[in-house]
Amino acid sequence: MALMETKTEARRSGARASALAFSLLRFLLTVVTTYLGLLVVTFFIGRVVPIDPALAIVGDRAPAHVVERVREELGLNLPLYQQFVIYIRQALTGDFGTSVLTTNPVMTDIRRVFPATIELATVGTLIGAFFGVPLGVLAAVKRGSFADQIVRIIGLIGYSVPIFWLGLLALVLFYAQLKWVAYPGRVDIVYEYSFTPVTGFFLLDAAMQRQWDVFWDVFRHIILPGALLGYFSLAYISRMTRSFMLNELSQEYIVAARAKGLSETRIIWFHALRNAAVPLITVIALSYAGLLEGSVLTETIFSWPGLGLYITNSLQNADMNAVLGGTIIIGSVFIAINILSDVLYRILDPRTRSR
Amino acid sequence: MMNSLNRRMRLMTTSAAMALLLAAAPQAFAATPADTLVEGFAIDDIITLDPGEAFELSTAEVTANTYSKLVNLDMNDTSKVVGELADSWTISDDGLTYTFKLKSGLKFASGNPITAEDVAFSFERAVKLDKSPAFLLTQFGLTGDNVAEKAKAADESTFVLTVDKAYAPSFVLNVLTSTVASIVDKKVVLEHAKAVTPSDEYKYDTDFGNEYLKTGFAGSGPFKIREWRANEVVVLERNDNFFGEKPKLARVIYRHMKESAGQRLALENGDIDVARNLEPGDVDAVTKKDGIATTSAPKGTLYYFSLNQKNEKLAKPEVIEAFKYLVDYDAIGETLIKGIGTIHQTFLPTGQLGALEDKPYKLDVAKAKELLAKAGLADGFTVTMDVRNTQPVTGIAENVQQTLAQAGIKLEIIPGDGKQTLTKYRARQHDIYIGQWGSDYFDPNSNAETFTFNPDNSDEGKNKTLAWRNAWDPKDLTVQTQAALLEKDSAKRAAIYEGLQKEVLASGPFVMLFQQIEVAGYSSKLKGFKLGPSFDTNLVYTISKD
Repeated sequence: MALMETKTEARRSGARASALAFSLLRFLLTVVTTYLGLLVVTFFIGRVVPIDPALAIVGDRAPAHVVERVREELGLNLPLYQQFVIYIRQALTGDFGTSVLTTNPVMTDIRRVFPATIELATVGTLIGAFFGVPLGVLAAVKRGSFADQIVRIIGLIGYSVPIFWLGLLALVLFYAQLKWVAYPGRVDIVYEYSFTPVTGFFLLDAAMQRQWDVFWDVFRHIILPGALLGYFSLAYISRMTRSFMLNELSQEYIVAARAKGLSETRIIWFHALRNAAVPLITVIALSYAGLLEGSVLTETIFSWPGLGLYITNSLQNADMNAVLGGTIIIGSVFIAINILSDVLYRILDPRTRSR
Repeated sequence: MMNSLNRRMRLMTTSAAMALLLAAAPQAFAATPADTLVEGFAIDDIITLDPGEAFELSTAEVTANTYSKLVNLDMNDTSKVVGELADSWTISDDGLTYTFKLKSGLKFASGNPITAEDVAFSFERAVKLDKSPAFLLTQFGLTGDNVAEKAKAADESTFVLTVDKAYAPSFVLNVLTSTVASIVDKKVVLEHAKAVTPSDEYKYDTDFGNEYLKTGFAGSGPFKIREWRANEVVVLERNDNFFGEKPKLARVIYRHMKESAGQRLALENGDIDVARNLEPGDVDAVTKKDGIATTSAPKGTLYYFSLNQKNEKLAKPEVIEAFKYLVDYDAIGETLIKGIGTIHQTFLPTGQLGALEDKPYKLDVAKAKELLAKAGLADGFTVTMDVRNTQPVTGIAENVQQTLAQAGIKLEIIPGDGKQTLTKYRARQHDIYIGQWGSDYFDPNSNAETFTFNPDNSDEGKNKTLAWRNAWDPKDLTVQTQAALLEKDSAKRAAIYEGLQKEVLASGPFVMLFQQIEVAGYSSKLKGFKLGPSFDTNLVYTISKD
């Protein structure tokens, strides 16, 4: 008996190992093709846009021979395929070259601006999850009711209204009219020279240094773009929460729990939501990745000095090294968060493990 | 049921608490500090702060406030040039040698003394780097090979410049007021110079500190450059070693803001002290606010549209003339450029030597139709215009589209980013281009050269002036433009430019629209704020705050 059991175990673990190898391979393939796709698209966008990078470097008034010289220096006179090979080589070695605009190595720039984006996306996701999950639960519990309709409308607006429009509206209302929030940017100039960031996450830095006035100022800067991003992730999170909860509430164990006489609150928040929480983690993680990526417009509207604004500026200035670097970083983070949420999902939900 | 209601209540109270927290925020806004000036300014054109390379409008303002030159324009009378680092100068009888005596006791921001050696080095590096503005110096015959000899220090306080022709002295001196002639600290620059491998294009083994000066600083002006972050901010700090009157402010911050509406909001809320890119509607709005003042100054920048002579229809003289009658100058003046420009139809901006104020053209559709009929185009035709998607050119293009339609000309507007439209314009691939031109230096030659000089109209032509870009070959005018440079008698020189302007007004493919007036809205807490006569004379050292 004991022997047999071990054999089955071994067989099972062997199958698990090959399944793991297979999924690892598939995953690697996905990563490689995603990267390649990214590279091809960024390269050709960079070459197709009718902006001359040489002109971007020398400015509007340069004499023709200077433009010509810079074009040669940039290798723009080489055949397209050679330029592409150089581009791929750069990307693979993680050396994205120097930014034309800032004159720093692109990686240095990214290290400087990326924390701002992460901070903003984190605040956005926290706000989105904080309001989105209860709203979704409410909509599921009160399915078909007035409250459900309201939640759906809130979500619908979040989905369909362009972010720049809502952002400008919010600025006019909360900044210009009500004066509740601070001018676009990350921190007031007053503090720009009295405050030395350590981690690059200003809220955290200010709190650690116990500079509460700075903390408050940063808060007043981040709250509006954060709330805006939060609203967009709320729309997604509440909808998904609603559908997960509906699924759970129709399960037999809920019926059983009700039969046992457990209170409705207990059933909803401790039984159903706990089970719905597993897929929700994936949803929240994906929406986090989405915010990192989708911060381009928000950052532009709110002059938020993060990666989104960096890429926008670089694109406008035909600074292709910077665009490539920024895009690859965002792509990598997106892929990484996907993997992470996948792994978490597997860990948290025993059913996915046994399959 | 009751419980979930409680839950809902709790959720609502939390949101209410959040809202209250925000509402209770201290209303006292962090106004800009008393020793700091904050200007909202579109500074996205800055690509480098190296005075040997920079050639953009906002950069010119930054370098003007941070670097000194041998000579500068007299701010009260722009027809005069006064000494800045130079105490005095003499010009040899043959008109070829300029000898400058430096003031004594001058210091760079670094503390190093300013000597004629630094002046010579500044000229040498600008010429050898050969970046965008280098032509301003090389047009005097300076080359990488001869610059050490032609621009040299005779002794510690004497700098000698030798030019290749007996140019009008006012021309030479005016060119020396441009930012490329800024004096850099040789010692600091050499400390930061980077070794490079010489090539066919660039035969020197050093970058003359070009990379360092892109964001760094080696000057002697009233302010030092502390920081530039592209499309974000430029921060200047008081230079305590400045030889002139010390600035009253400790710090000046140019904050990048592109939109007029955003600048207006920030100005009204006290987040910035000065708004520099207000459009007519916003100018109107801020003038009505308490605590905000506005000021304006005419600039040397002209707006125009031009007809590419490669297009056969646009090359007909009658068609060129018809276009000049198909612009509603009055309407444009009263709406689109109200407060930010005045109608101007000649290529020399008001204020420069010889500038003509003639305005012979008015909207006259009947006359235009007559001219088109004469050209055999009575039924009109279709043509495109490349338009940068910024105001006021977009509005003007749309206005012109309507008036052209009245004469049967169908104008297709091709909107684009500045760099897109410019790339096309430089390659002579446009039909019509609408844009602006600012003088490179405060001398009529700057504009005369670009609008009337085209010695080689082939696609390979080396002088890619605006005349060339529009494939216009104004043979006699090219010769006259060159002659004007050697005319030492100012009155005679002015007469040549007047003639050139009349020719372009009558037959040139340029429809001049208006001359820019720069407007700024500013907090009335500021004292001594004013705009200068050119884009590189908006000086901030005179400003103080209540």
